[in-house]
Amino acid sequence: MSATAAPEFKTITINMGPQHPSTHGVLRLIIELDGETVVSLKPVMGYLHTGMEKIMEAKSYTKSITVTDRMDYLSPLGNNMAYVGAVERIMGLTIPERAQTLRVILLELARISSHLVWLGTHAIDLGAMSMFLYCFREREKLLDVNDMVAGSRMTPSYFRVGGFFQDVPDAFVPHVRKFVDEFPRSIDEYHNLLTKNRIWMKRTIGVGTITAEHAVALSVTGPVLRGSGLNYDVRKAMPYCGYETYEFDVPLGKNGDVYDRYLCRMEEMRQSLRIVQQGLDRLKPGSVRADNPYLFPARREDVKRGMEELIFHFKIMSEGFRPPIGDAYYAIESPKGELGFYVVSDGEPLPYRVRVRPPSFINLQALETMCLGRMVADVVACIGTLDIVLGEVDR
Amino acid sequence: MGLEELVPDGILTTTVEKMVNWARRSSIWPATFGLACCAIEMMATSASRYDLARFGAEVFRASPRQADLMIVAGRVSKKMAPVLKRIYDQMPEPKWVISMGACASCGGEFKDYAIVQGVDTVVPVDVYVPGCPPRPEALIYGIMKLQEKIDRMSIKGRDPAPAAVVEMPKPTGPTAGSGQTTPLSGVLPPNLGPV
Repeated sequence: MSATAAPEFKTITINMGPQHPSTHGVLRLIIELDGETVVSLKPVMGYLHTGMEKIMEAKSYTKSITVTDRMDYLSPLGNNMAYVGAVERIMGLTIPERAQTLRVILLELARISSHLVWLGTHAIDLGAMSMFLYCFREREKLLDVNDMVAGSRMTPSYFRVGGFFQDVPDAFVPHVRKFVDEFPRSIDEYHNLLTKNRIWMKRTIGVGTITAEHAVALSVTGPVLRGSGLNYDVRKAMPYCGYETYEFDVPLGKNGDVYDRYLCRMEEMRQSLRIVQQGLDRLKPGSVRADNPYLFPARREDVKRGMEELIFHFKIMSEGFRPPIGDAYYAIESPKGELGFYVVSDGEPLPYRVRVRPPSFINLQALETMCLGRMVADVVACIGTLDIVLGEVDR
Repeated sequence: MGLEELVPDGILTTTVEKMVNWARRSSIWPATFGLACCAIEMMATSASRYDLARFGAEVFRASPRQADLMIVAGRVSKKMAPVLKRIYDQMPEPKWVISMGACASCGGEFKDYAIVQGVDTVVPVDVYVPGCPPRPEALIYGIMKLQEKIDRMSIKGRDPAPAAVVEMPKPTGPTAGSGQTTPLSGVLPPNLGPV
């Protein structure tokens, strides 16, 4: 006689992705479930691996800028900045005041634009479809700025080593001012739609909690870290582009849950607007190119007349410039966190090695900690709150 | 005196084929298949300003089993290619593929060990949209081109017969070898229809 055996404890393993509407790209998760509770979660990456670091070794310093655009394609100018910053550090260049200010303005606009995509997709994952349409409405205005300065909506490659190739058009300042005036009302609108929304609060408060100790141990950065109440912002800790001269606050969360990170990013958008406003106020006419004759091609008229200029034009267009032997690490506060580029130069026109510290990749480590013991539906909220870009995770 | 005079007002007559094609072209449901940068531009196409709904193609389906258009938006890595093929196989007929952007069409600027040099090596592509990434207008134009292609479809088969099947007539007579080509009219299969 066999007694009725106790029901066996069984977990099921499910596969999520790489084609899944809420994995923000081609992330694949292997989730072990006990009923609906997550017992283990393993991200599988590499579905968008492009070998960008290797490609950059075969491109001249200027051409590599186009590759960086396609890493974190939500804030391409941030990647441009980190890369050209590293090369500028090797070369010891001083960037003119106007170029610095323009960079700050464009970087902050890129942050807003990236946060808008995050907000739209995060909300759509949690069931608020209309947020997506509202966010993309404002984002189009920012893409117009890219279009205006560089002729491309999403992959502008506008920054150059040593400043900019050319100055912004006249319509730039009025357009950005108009955006700065209008955008606070849009943020209020987003708050109206979500912040006190009962469904939104239930889906986000207390979900995906990550304590300050865990956050440090996992070396997460950006809003994921600040949502847990730790004050680390590269713009304040290691200022670049003259960020130390701007007045802005770093919003911090308390509980480290999805809701706090949401509030942090919403406030960051307002702070970015403050920085843009200050940048516009101090924008003075002037050169946007560093004072170095080897970086930029000569003026077109000179190339047509002078032999030396013609030779130099040919050299810089075919070969590029040669930074001195050396290496540098340059970190910026991208919308996702600390984005760093480590560039090694061996004195040739091609970088010897480029290494990226991608914030998305490192923040992704926190996903398991966030999801363990939660329901499988919360996994979607946790992915959204990490704001990962798979182009940057896999590179 | 035609058939129209025998039926009451408000009724149009057409062929079954035209009606089926009209229905298919007016409600293309794309699969949510975003890979890289182009996916964001694809989202922008379906969002506020560009409003893909005007062309009946805004219903992005998360499940390939409910979709009939796959917009390959972004670079396809060698690790992703089998997944892409599988998703394509899961889609019910009739189905179409738009290769969006330079990377999906030919590898783009990434000619290296990791990226598939053109998604047409994995799945058959109907429309290529150039750009890095293509602007939403370009994607919309690609979808309109696809609609034109659907209009020419026969309900008998999946697609117009691929060009490779068409037997090229051997050049004979006085024009042989002179670089002139013989016109193709008369050798096209009947279901290709007017181009």
